[in-house]
Amino acid sequence: MFNLARWEEIFETISKNKLRTFLTGLSVLSGIFILVILLGVSQGMQNGISSQFQEDAANMIYVWTGVTSVEYKGMNPGREIQLRNKDYDQIVKAHENELEHKSSVYRIWGGMVNYKKESGSYRVEGIYPDYQFLENQTMLKGRHINMLDVDHTTKSIVIGKKVNDDLFKNEEALGKYVKISGVNFKVVGVFTDPGGEREESRVFVAITTAQKVFGAQNKVSNLSFSLPMEDNFDKATAASVQFSEKLKDKLKKAHDVAPEDDSAISVNNSLENAKRFYELMSMIKMFFWFVGIATILAGVIGVSNIMLIIVKERTKEIGIRKALGAQPLSIVTMILHESIFVTAIAGFLGLFLGLVLLEFVGPMVETEFITNPSVNFNIAITTVVILIFAGAIAGFFPAWRAARIKPIIALRDE
Amino acid sequence: MIDIKDLHKSYKTGATSLHVLKGINFSVKEGELVSIMGSSGSGKSTLLNILGMLDEADAGSYHLDNVPIKNLNEKIAAQYRNKFLGFIFQSFNLINYKTALDNVAMPLYYQGVSRGERLDRSMAYLEKVGLAPWAKHLPNELSGGQKQRVAIARALASDPKVLLADEPTGALDTKTSYEVMDLIQGINDEGKTILVVTHEDDIAHMTKRIVNLKDGVIIDDSMVKQVRAKDNV
Repeated sequence: MFNLARWEEIFETISKNKLRTFLTGLSVLSGIFILVILLGVSQGMQNGISSQFQEDAANMIYVWTGVTSVEYKGMNPGREIQLRNKDYDQIVKAHENELEHKSSVYRIWGGMVNYKKESGSYRVEGIYPDYQFLENQTMLKGRHINMLDVDHTTKSIVIGKKVNDDLFKNEEALGKYVKISGVNFKVVGVFTDPGGEREESRVFVAITTAQKVFGAQNKVSNLSFSLPMEDNFDKATAASVQFSEKLKDKLKKAHDVAPEDDSAISVNNSLENAKRFYELMSMIKMFFWFVGIATILAGVIGVSNIMLIIVKERTKEIGIRKALGAQPLSIVTMILHESIFVTAIAGFLGLFLGLVLLEFVGPMVETEFITNPSVNFNIAITTVVILIFAGAIAGFFPAWRAARIKPIIALRDE
Repeated sequence: MIDIKDLHKSYKTGATSLHVLKGINFSVKEGELVSIMGSSGSGKSTLLNILGMLDEADAGSYHLDNVPIKNLNEKIAAQYRNKFLGFIFQSFNLINYKTALDNVAMPLYYQGVSRGERLDRSMAYLEKVGLAPWAKHLPNELSGGQKQRVAIARALASDPKVLLADEPTGALDTKTSYEVMDLIQGINDEGKTILVVTHEDDIAHMTKRIVNLKDGVIIDDSMVKQVRAKDNV
């Protein structure tokens, strides 16, 4: 390996056979390059879809109401169903030990929020503190709504990052007062949400405050719950589905809604969706792996092919070298050494180019479904090593055969 | 220097076997310049290949500088070729992507000589064949005669005991042929043992001894008065 004379010989051979070296290198380089891009896009798609999904807690169960569509117990369809505090209280009381997070929500759409001369229309929601976790929000600064706010109907408000940027620009928001429908609220926190701008253009106050300020009495728009996550995904889904069924039955009974009337009271179970999502993800992943492995295979075959041609092309040279006193082993090592050197350099160059492209072009990709395409470095390195190894193996056999042919036959080769 | 006894060689081509050498007895002393003559198919090239350890005999003995050459594995054969023999081929057999100098240096590379010394020694041999100004040229930039002179320099580079030349003038015109023969005669004058295979009468008469081969046996082996190539150029 550290035989200087052999390295000199290899560099000389490489520099005198530029086209051959270039073509070998190119096939390896493009193979690795395509693979890296492919893996990067696959990862980007996973990231993109994941972030779509992360806007809410993965195990969130969500209840909303509408109007009845079926006649039931002598009542005409078209009756509007309104949830109230007592619905929430009953459910919480009955399932206290099962629930991880719980919150009822009172919402007004398009509430005008003002700060000095800036104003905007945002979703204003009254909530319980747990809602932060149900919506998968992270505080950038300050705090979220807490139980004190709920108990004392304080006029505290938590705003999304978008709202903060719209109303306050570069100003510090914490401690400032914003006006909603003429009522002053003190900003106590700014949050971010993986769901992006849409999710970040919302503001939250305590549910009790919202009901009081906006004259809702004991009305509730939605209910939102989550069960503790279990390690086993299927078990978690089963438990979650079972709970949402129970929830639906209970609410429908309480509001005299036909059991089959899902438009009056519906329950959305994120985990059930998540399951479908993870299945889709694993399909995408499998597809990309399949394509990736096929690419490597094509690369391996390409390298093997070139190695075969190189050995064939050099048969006469091998004969000359043997006539001059080259030993079989030195012929094999000469060919392998050269091919491993070329594939290694080209492989790592392809890897580097792929990574550079992902690094610089990746952040510029602005579609909802591909976010931050990147590649697992270890996987990429492993593929390069596999390719080099496969190339060496593929080159070894023809080289070995060539080294064993009698020089007289090799010399005759034209 | 070379001593062979009752050498046999046959080639199998499918079902038929072609008996090429049918018992050759032949010896060469140090410093001789011998030509092996014969029409094509007489077995002269086969004999030279066996002498050059490029091919193996089926039966008979072969001693080179008192070393028995038999049952060689590839490794030892390669060592012997490098140490004992220098080859000159009809088609030159230069490595086309290496310069004249690097071609000459090849046998030294396989002897493990360091690069600097390798190039110094090779340069000296290129000078000897009158091609020092062409050292950095690739074979395809040289004429046929020049190529053959590079090949001769290469054959000399490892300072072998015997030079084996297989139709060294076969691909050259008469004038160039004589120039190459003049070079070979000069090398022989310095004491090197040289075997030349040829089918050209004039070339053969520029050696000191002609061995005539026909159908795998030596039919004539006689000393001749050497014609100096220089006189005919």
